[in-house]
Amino acid sequence: MTTLTAEHLVKNYHLRRGLRGGTLRAVDDVSFTLEPGRTVALVGQSGSGKSTIAKLLLQLERPTAGRILVDGKPVQRRGGGLRRYRRTVQMVFQDPFASLNPYHTVEHHLERPIRLHHPKLASDEVHRRVLHLLERVRLTPAENVAARRPHQLSGGQRQRVAIARALAPGPGVLIADEPVSMLDVSIRLGVLNLLATLQREEDLGLLYITHDLATARHFADEILVMYRGRIVERGDADEVILRPQHEYTKTLAAAAPNPERRLSELRGG
Amino acid sequence: MALTTQAAGPVGLPAGSAPQPTRRRRLGLPPMTAKLATGLIISGAIVLFGLLGPFVVQDPARVDDIGLTGPSGAHLMGTTQTGQDVLAQLAYATRGSLTIGAIVGVLTLLLSGFFGVVGAYAGGWVDEFFSLCTNIMLVIPGLPLVIVISSYVPDKSLWLVALVLSLTGWAGSARVLRGYTLSLRNRDYVLASRVAGEKRWRILAVEILPNLIPLLASQVVFAVIFAILGEAGLAYLGLGASGSISWGTMLYYAQNGLALRLGAWWWFVPPGLLLALFGAALSLINFSIDEIINPKLRNQTRSARRGWVMSRKQLETAKEATL
Repeated sequence: MTTLTAEHLVKNYHLRRGLRGGTLRAVDDVSFTLEPGRTVALVGQSGSGKSTIAKLLLQLERPTAGRILVDGKPVQRRGGGLRRYRRTVQMVFQDPFASLNPYHTVEHHLERPIRLHHPKLASDEVHRRVLHLLERVRLTPAENVAARRPHQLSGGQRQRVAIARALAPGPGVLIADEPVSMLDVSIRLGVLNLLATLQREEDLGLLYITHDLATARHFADEILVMYRGRIVERGDADEVILRPQHEYTKTLAAAAPNPERRLSELRGG
Repeated sequence: MALTTQAAGPVGLPAGSAPQPTRRRRLGLPPMTAKLATGLIISGAIVLFGLLGPFVVQDPARVDDIGLTGPSGAHLMGTTQTGQDVLAQLAYATRGSLTIGAIVGVLTLLLSGFFGVVGAYAGGWVDEFFSLCTNIMLVIPGLPLVIVISSYVPDKSLWLVALVLSLTGWAGSARVLRGYTLSLRNRDYVLASRVAGEKRWRILAVEILPNLIPLLASQVVFAVIFAILGEAGLAYLGLGASGSISWGTMLYYAQNGLALRLGAWWWFVPPGLLLALFGAALSLINFSIDEIINPKLRNQTRSARRGWVMSRKQLETAKEATL
């Protein structure tokens, strides 16, 4: 049971343009809470700061201002504190073709996080856990998949491996950065349903970063709409989609394909 | 806003159909092509000659009063102007040249790996500093520096020549390695292992280095060619290691002994030919390694491409499946 809280996060990037420097504010005063068993969707266009928030939460970048709290305590940035944090917060990357090392087998990808966070386990116990993880993400026969290397798997299968890797340390919070945007449309729902099932089973807090309003509404309890680094609208999923308040959310909702509206337009015109 | 649903059942892989990853694939060895086989056979033969030859030939330094003679039963490759056996000299010269090549190959690998890979991975001012060192070494003209150093030191050992050659030769590969490492260190799988909690040195050694192996191998092979040719050039100018014999020193003595004017082809053709053959063989090996790094360089033959076409039976089953 972990609650992850972001308080007034700010991230500035310094740009170098010749001798003149500039500052880009990628994330501007963002606060939210991830609670166990709840899914929060972070919606916004490209460059709105969604992935920067993911990097900040994963301690891959240092926030310019603001704090990240785990169960009310500030995150430690090094040593044992950071290791405990890594066990708690895990991530599924956007591109399953880039997030698995082409040189190593599937087994290596799952074995390392298990060994890192449970250093005392015997080798056959680690192997048993690897197979169990693969079965949980519905990659069977697990023994066969474990021996394969990423290039022998399809995009959907790779993303399942990436999800298994994120689950390996037994995290309480999962951050999924556009987990299906690189996948074929026909298998997206399968991967999303898998994520939702695993979330229910483990009672995970899930941050679902996406630019797809339809899946955000379907899977999330709460939606945060980001625009130019700021959260411009937040609230209950249906509320945000059906009664958007901010101008940007309205445009976003109107841009989503709506067959009924289109059909009535065609009939009317 | 309706969502199409589909069964989210298990994504099973057909059992038994999967090709088990073999040791060969894991090590990332290049596929055996005619190019690679030719290169390996030629360079292997030359290396064997350099390793074993000196044990079976005559003393290369023994002077005989028969003078310059062509190939005969007593001297299979003839003799030099001072009656030394050319075959014996060639065997020792091969050993000398290969030794230089090997030493320089290892030293270049260490230097370029340290300055290129470690610098790029560490980032920040370390990278700036390492990159500055690389750039300085890169703009220093190699051969003149080698000549200056070689002529400044009176008693040159084989090691000194090798050291000088590797000092002037590592910068180019360091730059190539740096560029590739910069692209690797920001790949998602490196971030993923950071998120998993891997230590920094372990990410470098286990996640990044294996993906650099083909590049490192090709840089080493290139460094070996560079070293052997560079040493030959130095020795030909009379600046080689004192007391040692290599292909370059053989050519130097042949030139001094007016071998070309006297028509003594058995004196200068063997070392020149071995030099050219070894360089060509290593280049062939290098091309094969390059094809791993850059698959676009692979050229499929017409017959290989024909193999990609579906057979009639496969076409029929595919058609049935879509109906």
